[in-house]
Amino acid sequence: METKRCVFVGVGGQGNLLASNLLGQAALSMGIPVVVSEIHGMAQRGGVVESAVLIGGANSPIVSNGEADVLISFEPLETLRILNKCNNKTLVITNAQPLPPFTVAVGQGKYPPVDEILGKITKKVGKVVALNGNDLAEKAGNVLSLNMVMLGALIGTGATPVTEEVMKRIIAGFTKKAFLDSNLKAFDFGKEAAQKGMKD
Amino acid sequence: MHKLLEDAPGKEMLLLGNEAIARGALEAGVAFATCYPGTPSSEIPEQFFAISKETDLYFEYSTNEKVAMEVAAGAAVSGLKTMVTMKHVGLNVAADPLLTLAYTGITGAMVIVNADDPSLFSSQNEQDNRYYARLAGLAMFEPTNPQEMKDWTVAAFDLSQETGLPVIVRTTTRLAHIRGGVKLGVLKPRVTKTHFKKNPFRFVTVPAVSRNLHKELLKKYEVLSEKSETSPLNQIIGSGKGGIVASGVSFDYVMDAVNDLGIKDKVSILKLGFSWPLPRKRIVNFMKSVDEILIVEELEPINENEFKALAQENGIAIPIQGKGVGGLSRLWEYDPRLVRGAVAALFGLEQKAPAVVDLSDLPPLPGRPPTLCAGCPHRATLYAVKEVYGADAIHPTDIGCYTLGLLPPLSMGDFVICMGSSVSSSCGFATATDQKVVAFIGDSTFFHSGITGLINAVHNKHKFTLVILDNGTTAMTGHQIHPGVDSAPMGLDLPQVIVEDVVRGCGVKDVHVIKPFNIKKAIESLKASVEYDGISVVISTELCTLFAKGIGRARKAKRFAINPQKCKNHRHCINKLACPAMYLEGNAVRINKNLCIGCSVCAQVCPESAIASMKD
Repeated sequence: METKRCVFVGVGGQGNLLASNLLGQAALSMGIPVVVSEIHGMAQRGGVVESAVLIGGANSPIVSNGEADVLISFEPLETLRILNKCNNKTLVITNAQPLPPFTVAVGQGKYPPVDEILGKITKKVGKVVALNGNDLAEKAGNVLSLNMVMLGALIGTGATPVTEEVMKRIIAGFTKKAFLDSNLKAFDFGKEAAQKGMKD
Repeated sequence: MHKLLEDAPGKEMLLLGNEAIARGALEAGVAFATCYPGTPSSEIPEQFFAISKETDLYFEYSTNEKVAMEVAAGAAVSGLKTMVTMKHVGLNVAADPLLTLAYTGITGAMVIVNADDPSLFSSQNEQDNRYYARLAGLAMFEPTNPQEMKDWTVAAFDLSQETGLPVIVRTTTRLAHIRGGVKLGVLKPRVTKTHFKKNPFRFVTVPAVSRNLHKELLKKYEVLSEKSETSPLNQIIGSGKGGIVASGVSFDYVMDAVNDLGIKDKVSILKLGFSWPLPRKRIVNFMKSVDEILIVEELEPINENEFKALAQENGIAIPIQGKGVGGLSRLWEYDPRLVRGAVAALFGLEQKAPAVVDLSDLPPLPGRPPTLCAGCPHRATLYAVKEVYGADAIHPTDIGCYTLGLLPPLSMGDFVICMGSSVSSSCGFATATDQKVVAFIGDSTFFHSGITGLINAVHNKHKFTLVILDNGTTAMTGHQIHPGVDSAPMGLDLPQVIVEDVVRGCGVKDVHVIKPFNIKKAIESLKASVEYDGISVVISTELCTLFAKGIGRARKAKRFAINPQKCKNHRHCINKLACPAMYLEGNAVRINKNLCIGCSVCAQVCPESAIASMKD
């Protein structure tokens, strides 16, 4: 099987490590070889958190510059920062709602306008699917379900061999009862937004 | 039941590398585990901590790595199966017991897990601890994926028990923090009690004994060498004329490179899993079977030099290369593209990797460095110290979240080299200069290695202020307990060692205990410490905000907001505190109510009293 190299990026607290872990579990339960890599520790204190999921038989646990097949980003500025993982065929799935770093608050930098970010990315990679992930999570009933929105979006694009049915089963297996409904809703909202985005 | 206790041989689980090591230890029948936590090793003891609550496995967070190894040594020479885990610099702390424990050996088993950190994801250096196996004369295993991390931990216990020597399993950050499928094996029963058999001519290392023990160690080393020759952990893959040597995660990159380049039939790959002692005879035969050799190893050219020496001894004249080929360097971790490039260069091939997108037209992006959390008590303490002592004071700091205080606008960190160095180095700074010296150390780090430095400061009449940031947990590595922690919320009843009692017990006369969120009082206490002629200790006590939330002790205070009528945009709140709950909306400062925890520090700093708690 051809290896699908997926890179996840987000900001500490957004839940992208959980998303990559669940994607890995879904692939494994389908009998597809998978390796997931994460960065723990100091990087999590409000910093950038990156993980990778390589589906389909690679030995290497990480994705080199220029070699991501899919980039799933939880924050538009971080999409731009990690773009060196991409090539002109990469599918980029990005949340379009910013979480400005505190450096912007103290005047050490300027947050580029989101339209400008998306415009630049679109010219460089294969395809960009942008969605208002935080709004969709809130609409699903839980602001913390952004990671479910993004997982839904990834599955919605069909970029990995992981199916919706298996992904939802894995999500249901880990989610506390009180959040199951909102998590699955968030997943569906993300999926629908991405399916629409793929057609645009 | 903890997931790693599942008795289901053959079942495949997606496990973190560190979880896989813990599972391997359980399968081997580990009865006794100790550690001091340190990224990237911390998730191994986290499993043991949880499992020890529901089984008869003994586990403790020891005060430091030296203590951890000595505690385990007592159990291991009594006959138990033990595991000690630590990060690479932790093995420096434990090097003293390690090198002589190699002499005495053990009667049960001891597996030492050492986690290196190439690329310094969360460490102060990227030393290569493969040297320790050589220094101590002990065996080292280097697994390449979670399955091997599990299986080879079992093999390490077997080898340790068979040879009576500790065995070191070396991982790196990449391996510790990858998840992969792991097929479970059989869980052996634990033996948790034993009877120590006295043998002073083996266990009491006075010179007359140790002279003989060193001889014994060299004999055992020959046994290890023979085992390495026949070990299935060392493996040759393929029979081509291009030789490649790799271990650990580098082996994964090599395998993918060979596959991607389509040169499987052209290479022979020597995988060194039992990487010390080297299987010298096998290596010589391998060198004779190939035309050239590329050695792919992160950090130091250790195998490269060993292979070159072996070739010289055996009259083998093939080219042996490593560092310098295709960008392989002694710095930082490797990645698939880099290794593919080096392998391609060896064979004179083009690497057909896709081009990286052109990013030359991107605007400068605002940084997102790790930062102290919203409502972190360290911010309040560091701010108060800065207000009292000004910019000229020297601030030796230490290893923990508060190291992040070095970033502006706090800029409170001038020197840090290792755990405990804040206290001892202050003795030097205070004597060598006429500047004020105010050092910072966390509670866990104080117990780890700050106490001896403090006694030194008292005894040698040094003059500085030590601020102990007591947030009730080992925060940076993931909220582990330490001797100063109230362990009741974790369901334990371990005696709490009070920091203030220890400080006074060390002979410090001027001791202040402050609550950092009361800035005015904190500043008063700090001013008193400035005046004191001698060693002064300020203990700043407030629970880590994240930890407090985790144990259901989050502050019940109301959130704060800025009154736009009162705010005159002095911006002391963001320019002096840089709390991540603050942001700019246009030209106006705002507080993110979801991030604010109501610590009130910004309200106390505001010259216009424009920040107040929100009404319901």
